[in-house]
Amino acid sequence: MRVGVGLPNSIPGTSGRVLLEWARRAEELGFSCLGVVDRVAWDCFEPLTALAAAAAFTERIQLATTIVVGPLRNTALLANEAATVDSLSGGRLTLGLSVGARTEDFEVAGVEHRGRGDRLTDQLVELRAIWNDDSLATRPVRPGGPRLLVGGTSDVSYYRMARHSDGYVHGGGPPQAFERAADTARAAWADAGRPGAPLLWGQGYFALGDESKEAGERYLREYYAFVGPFVERIVEGLLTTPQDVLAFVRGYSEAGCDELVLMPGVSDPVQLELLADALAGQTT
Amino acid sequence: MRVAVVGGGPGGLYAALLIRKARPADSVTLFERNPAGATYGWGVVFSDRTLTSFREADYRTFVDITNRFVMWDAIDIRYRGEVIRCGGQGFSGIARRALLGLLQARCAELGVEMRFETDVGDSASLNEFDLVVAADGVHSMYRNANSREFGTSLAEGSSRYIWFGTPRSFDSFTFIFRANEHGLFQVHAYPFEGAMSTFIVECAEDTWRRAGLDVASEADSISYCEKLFAPDLAGAPLLSNASKWISFITVRNKRWRRGNVVLLGDAAHTAHFSIGSGTKLAMEDSIALSNALEGTDDLDDALADYELERRPRVERFQEAARQSQTYFQHTDRYTDLDPLQFAFHLLTRSGRVDYDGLRVRDADFVGAIDRWFAREHGGPSLVAPPPAFVPARVGPAEVTNRVAVSARPTYDASEGLVGAEALAELRRAAATGAGLVLTDIVAVSARGRMTSGCSGIYEQSHVVAWSDALGDVPRSVTDVMFGIRLGHAGRRGSTLPRTNGCDVPLADEGWDLVAPSPLPYTKKSPVPVAADSASMEAIVDDFGAAARSARDAGFDVLIVDMARGYLLGSFLSPLTNRRADDYGGDTGGRARFPLEVFAVVRDAWPQDRMLGATITAADWARGGTTVDEAISVARLLGEAGCDLVEVTGGGTVERTRPRYDPYYLVSYSDRIRNEAGVATLATGAIGSIDHANTILAAGRADLCLLLGVRELDGR
Repeated sequence: MRVGVGLPNSIPGTSGRVLLEWARRAEELGFSCLGVVDRVAWDCFEPLTALAAAAAFTERIQLATTIVVGPLRNTALLANEAATVDSLSGGRLTLGLSVGARTEDFEVAGVEHRGRGDRLTDQLVELRAIWNDDSLATRPVRPGGPRLLVGGTSDVSYYRMARHSDGYVHGGGPPQAFERAADTARAAWADAGRPGAPLLWGQGYFALGDESKEAGERYLREYYAFVGPFVERIVEGLLTTPQDVLAFVRGYSEAGCDELVLMPGVSDPVQLELLADALAGQTT
Repeated sequence: MRVAVVGGGPGGLYAALLIRKARPADSVTLFERNPAGATYGWGVVFSDRTLTSFREADYRTFVDITNRFVMWDAIDIRYRGEVIRCGGQGFSGIARRALLGLLQARCAELGVEMRFETDVGDSASLNEFDLVVAADGVHSMYRNANSREFGTSLAEGSSRYIWFGTPRSFDSFTFIFRANEHGLFQVHAYPFEGAMSTFIVECAEDTWRRAGLDVASEADSISYCEKLFAPDLAGAPLLSNASKWISFITVRNKRWRRGNVVLLGDAAHTAHFSIGSGTKLAMEDSIALSNALEGTDDLDDALADYELERRPRVERFQEAARQSQTYFQHTDRYTDLDPLQFAFHLLTRSGRVDYDGLRVRDADFVGAIDRWFAREHGGPSLVAPPPAFVPARVGPAEVTNRVAVSARPTYDASEGLVGAEALAELRRAAATGAGLVLTDIVAVSARGRMTSGCSGIYEQSHVVAWSDALGDVPRSVTDVMFGIRLGHAGRRGSTLPRTNGCDVPLADEGWDLVAPSPLPYTKKSPVPVAADSASMEAIVDDFGAAARSARDAGFDVLIVDMARGYLLGSFLSPLTNRRADDYGGDTGGRARFPLEVFAVVRDAWPQDRMLGATITAADWARGGTTVDEAISVARLLGEAGCDLVEVTGGGTVERTRPRYDPYYLVSYSDRIRNEAGVATLATGAIGSIDHANTILAAGRADLCLLLGVRELDGR
């Protein structure tokens, strides 16, 4: 299992400079990828633009959207944006898409919330078609375009994932929750008659150190306020000690995760050092 | 804030006292139509987990409740003169009257104003309150007055049931099944206080009418049931409490709140009594509501939180309850099962308990199941393996164990010639130890391929390649059987290998598609040509030739694909077969061509080798195949000499709502096996030997297709 880290692109108050420093430092520390999330009605860097900038400041680290809300976007433009990031980064992009959970993002973007699932399905087919057509969009580096991941918790999400993408990106939670999702993803994959196995990506939140713990919890409570009381379970899942991180990583690895993206709860780049130390098994 | 709680059942009382605790500054008034001492129903059951949440919510009531508890740990199943016991279950029960009494006392202590014998009528009379909790039961007036806004749906069950009490102390949760000349009756009985038990009698509506219970007086109903269940009652009478025969009503609401009115308990949801009490759910609602209201003045927010917390959980519970209810509405489907298997099937009916879980609860019970299963199928019965590892006789063949695996698809064939990767997958599947190893679908003709990378068996070189491949696998260790799936892609043909996705049409090198009706599979798929008699005759010949080739290549088993939206499956489904000729229309018409194909394959395939077919039991789309149709098709196949029916779902049309629950497709396999009387291979997300054992021990399938290729633990 590879371990990547999220860019703090949705943590309010993060400056552009910090974002880029974060990207460079993450590469230096050997993380496998940089993940970004997507919000419109929120203080949030646009994810693909942020990855384009990160691409310019790094050389090897993989770039991933975990996730972008596909149905918020025009498919032709999204195809070209993704192909552009893929091209600028030398083929480092993985495009994770989902239907999005928050209605206010759709309201602000002026996009119909209803029918977003079917639109995402069409979009996945269209993206591939555009990337395979030399007369449309920038030419992606990877043949056939960036790898596609799909998220979501309904059976229809898994169906869509299995039929039209390369794998599943889980929304976060304890390793047991990931394991159940991974089983469902594999079942859907086999059912669709796909060769090989789906890529399985996981996510978790971290904020190491006592002060960061509080700030991270505050951030999660606001960011996930829309889920209601369940937010407390998300907050409980915040990894705040090196032991938490190691146990979590081990759990995901055993559950068959291919790539785990640890998302920050605070945007101080020192967090990256602490996380790298924790992963190295050093409890300073 | 002024809070009104309408309804003085356990949910309403508990909500009133918890809200009063959470918001000491607020007044809480409870309205109940009946007098304080009146109660309907007998006992209430709780599980260990529910008790833990009571302990956290209000310790005093928790202590009061547990002081009055009767506890037991077994489930007894009385069936065909036997009593089968499974222990380790952990239930507790309390008299409903005692529960109401202690909740009322606690409400009084905390300063809840209780107004009994007060009918509040419509909501207008409660205008002075800031929050109205509608806990007024399954027939909630509040909800009914605004059922559109709440998105209420009421579904009436097909069985009839009646609540009795009896001074006969059962020491377990007891299910009793007794049949007489009128039909099958079942009882759900459990102790709740001293020597008293709840005794619910349930039967199908036609049984109820045949027995004359639709016109019987209460006294007549009692004497009828006393007579029928005399051996179980051991002389104890049945007691009435204004008991009437009713149908169970499942209440669902899309929304649980409207303005300042919020639904709680049975008013919001009901779940069939066979898997747990509505009281438990109602009291859990009360806890969630009071938690949401604690420390906030934003009522909208709090009510939204309450609904978000509870509705998804309740809906999951209702799904399990639905499966259990379905079971009890159709128990007569399973009365051919041996008592032990019948008991195992009953215990695992809702998918919440599996083989390993039961073994943890009661190892002796599961040991008895293992020994019975092995003995029943001619295996060793002294030290019996788990059901998955007991040999299975299917048609003329014996499979060494009941696990089947499919070689994973590879799409590396060239012009139909099976590729090296596909053969490596076949060997890998054989190395797992599964008794039956199946190929991916192999095309009967070049035009019958799904993708340009699919293998076929329509040229001599193909037959040689398959024959060599089967000859290469050492079979000495496990006696694995190899099965070939034969199919024709129909309108799902002529696509790219599924490396990057499914059903992407081939551009230049594609071929014409044939289907029952000219309907494309996706928006981008080419329109297929409706099959005419010449093309159908050619396809029948292709299947016959392919079956002879498969025989020559040395396959032990042949399975004809009639599912997943490929050619024969498209004939079977009303969504894809719109033909006006003899090959369309009703189930028989739509099955006609698949059966013609099957007959030719049957002739070509040796009588001493197993022959099967794959069918889709549900299209998961509006207007699609129903399981009842699938049962008819399975019966027709059985009559045509089919030894094994593989039961799948979905694939017929692109836009579907599939189910990946491990037991979902199994419920179809169950019905097909038990109603059509053919052996079945269950499929779906069966991911472990534990799942397989659960399915097999319950008699829901004969073989299980396990997902993924892994080493089997033979234990």
